[in-house]
Amino acid sequence: MTDVARLPRRRDRVARPGTHRALWPLLALAVILIVDGMISPNFFAIRIVEGRLFGNLIDILYRAVPTALVALGMAVVIGSKGVDLSVGSIIAISGAVIAWRIHAGDPHFVILLLALAASVVCGMWNGLLVAGIGIQPIVATLILMVSGRGVGMLINLLYGGTDPSFESALLQGLSTGHLWLIPTRLILGAVLFVALWLVIRRTALGLFIEAVGGNAAAANLAGVNARLVTFAAYVICGLMAGWAGVILTADTHTSDPVSVALYIELDAILAVVIGGGSLAGGRIYLGMTVIGALVIQALTTSILISGLPPEYNLIIKAVVVLFVLVLQSDNARTRIGQIVSGGRR
Amino acid sequence: MSPETPGQARVEMRAIRKVFPGVRALDDVDLRIFPGEVHALLGENGAGKSTLIKILTGALLRDGGEILLDGRPVDVRSTKEAQGLGISTVFQEVNLIPSMSVTQNLTLGKTGGRFGMISWRRARAEAQAKLSRLGVKIDIDQSLGSYSVAMQQLVAIARALDDETRVLVLDEPTASLDADETAALFGIIRDLKAKGIAIVFITHFLDQVYEISDRISVLRNGLLVGTGPTSEISRQQLIAMMLGRELGEVESAYAAHRKTGEGAEVLTARGLGRRRTLKPFDLTLRAGEAVGLAGLLGSGRTEVAKLLFGAIRSDSGVLSLEAGPVRHASPRRSIVAGMAFCPEDRKAEGLIGELSIRENIVMSMQAKGGWLRKIPRADQERIADEMIRALAIATPDAEKPVSQLSGGNQQKVVLARALASRPRIMLLDEPTRGIDVGAHAEIILLIRRLCDQGLALLVASSELDEVVAASDRVAVMRDREMIGEIASGAVTRDNIIRMIAGKDDGRG
Repeated sequence: MTDVARLPRRRDRVARPGTHRALWPLLALAVILIVDGMISPNFFAIRIVEGRLFGNLIDILYRAVPTALVALGMAVVIGSKGVDLSVGSIIAISGAVIAWRIHAGDPHFVILLLALAASVVCGMWNGLLVAGIGIQPIVATLILMVSGRGVGMLINLLYGGTDPSFESALLQGLSTGHLWLIPTRLILGAVLFVALWLVIRRTALGLFIEAVGGNAAAANLAGVNARLVTFAAYVICGLMAGWAGVILTADTHTSDPVSVALYIELDAILAVVIGGGSLAGGRIYLGMTVIGALVIQALTTSILISGLPPEYNLIIKAVVVLFVLVLQSDNARTRIGQIVSGGRR
Repeated sequence: MSPETPGQARVEMRAIRKVFPGVRALDDVDLRIFPGEVHALLGENGAGKSTLIKILTGALLRDGGEILLDGRPVDVRSTKEAQGLGISTVFQEVNLIPSMSVTQNLTLGKTGGRFGMISWRRARAEAQAKLSRLGVKIDIDQSLGSYSVAMQQLVAIARALDDETRVLVLDEPTASLDADETAALFGIIRDLKAKGIAIVFITHFLDQVYEISDRISVLRNGLLVGTGPTSEISRQQLIAMMLGRELGEVESAYAAHRKTGEGAEVLTARGLGRRRTLKPFDLTLRAGEAVGLAGLLGSGRTEVAKLLFGAIRSDSGVLSLEAGPVRHASPRRSIVAGMAFCPEDRKAEGLIGELSIRENIVMSMQAKGGWLRKIPRADQERIADEMIRALAIATPDAEKPVSQLSGGNQQKVVLARALASRPRIMLLDEPTRGIDVGAHAEIILLIRRLCDQGLALLVASSELDEVVAASDRVAVMRDREMIGEIASGAVTRDNIIRMIAGKDDGRG
């Protein structure tokens, strides 16, 4: 094959024989869980308490759902060579809409739709700034990131804002309830994952987003409406953040725009990157993004059960994440391989 | 040993070779530049001009050959070493920082003060000195961006020059200058020439070549095709050197195939144009006919294709397809209407490098069908495999990222993507750019075959023989204007060259 150039390519995304891109993140997740098992012997035990499953593994899944949902939307936007910093604010706004409409006495099913509609509007706003006006994604979404929590507080003021707490059988059922032993939010998360996967992989939208993320000019000349596709990516991201907002708000029974889901955009970006996504755009890995979110949550949970002072939490998280990312880098692996084999000589 | 004697070349590049993956960028190129001469280096895009200059100025390493500076072999391994040897370059895109002051731009990276601190007093003095060398008087404390592009160009030259400069390379210095600014720049070039500096001048404006240069060298496809005194090379000879290419066999094989315009009109442009980009032009494409688009670099070939495709919006005239006049043209609408476009710059505009061959091939087809109706995976694979076989794309399978293919195979993927969308009109911009001779002939054959199948084709090319071999009629471009059409039967190299050279050819 003299025709095929032989230079090594760093951006080669095709797995070589024997390694799949899922290997390193899954390995990281396994190592974290094994270490947990050694620290706490009952780590893997799953019991049934009050008609639902309990245990550390269930807990990790349970807590990972909101981050995973946000990260899935983020994966789509990152695939389009963008980023959405405003997901935390979108969660705050959808939460505020819930509290506001409950105080106004709307049917709770309508409230759910209104909260999601608000998050779609937020996504459209981001999409308009990025695809319509052409502002760089990081700046465009920074606008809503900064202002969104303020908007949430203003929404709370619509009914006086004195008592943003509420009760809702429907919403809390979706968030903290359980169905046939299984926490409902796991089922909800799985349903949303499948729905998103169908939209991305069973229609051509995923291919178009990846094409625009890989080379917008070329995609445009090939007939892909690059602007519309970019817009759609932000709307999807907004909607996924809206679902996370429903779960998080119902979990706390209150709208707290100031502190709900603080820094969740960073965890979401991290989950995408651990899952093998590149901020350079061009590829969407939905399944791997979920693994990325699980790695982050497993890490947080294990630090809690290990009895280490909470001050170590963020530092250990940073170290492990750095380690996973280094392992994923072909360059770094080659370099480490050279050092190791050099040491043996 | 010997000081400069007349006849001693300032720079002598001997048998320079450079290979990029899949492409031979330079093959045994010789170039001699004498002190006090302006040497015009000419060639179409991809001919190897910039590669040669980058090797001379240390931005690229050569794979073979040698460079002599004043008769002594030198090894230029970085731009800094080139500077040290007295070889300075001003690139086409001004490599300066508009938001910084003129002083800062002139001295950036060169202010070696004590303890790494910058002495602004010394920097200002140095900046003044640099500008006075060119006889330029401006306020050096103003930000560079506040001056005209022409002045920024002069500042860039001033930055490149110092007392030790022996060779100055100017890469398209007049691309964004108007006539007066160009005249002023030429005045400065003549002064520098009088000081004995050897100047390499890259441009695609032939008038300027004849106005300022003493000698000319022409590159084509990585080969030096000619060199000599400007006074001895006529405009026609020069154009022939830049565009020529012997493709005799393909041409003769298809000469018999020539058809007259009898197919149905599938595209008509009437007075289509865009201010500052392209003067209004008329053009008709017919089914089963290939129309060539000939002209020099920058004459507007690409712009014609992009305007017809809707990649550039027109601001005058009417474009009609079979279905009627087109309003609000866009690439997507054009594709839906049965057009396909293969852009000149594969990397920037053609392919999505990270995606697989299969995904690239089905892209336009999928865009045509809309995002909801995804082409089933099995069909995608079948189409991709068919295309790989039909176009003889050299790859083990369709899942390879397209960025890993060689230039010729990448070009075939671009063609495959266009063909897969089942177009009735295909616009090909430089379909054989940067690919080896074998693939070159294959693609010409493919173009002819498509024509026989009833497609309407527009083939824009910088290679004259390719235009002659591939087209039934030829539209000729000069200075962003379509200056005429050569009818079927009269399509020859000479006719095209004569038309490009035009009436104002006083030489030869």
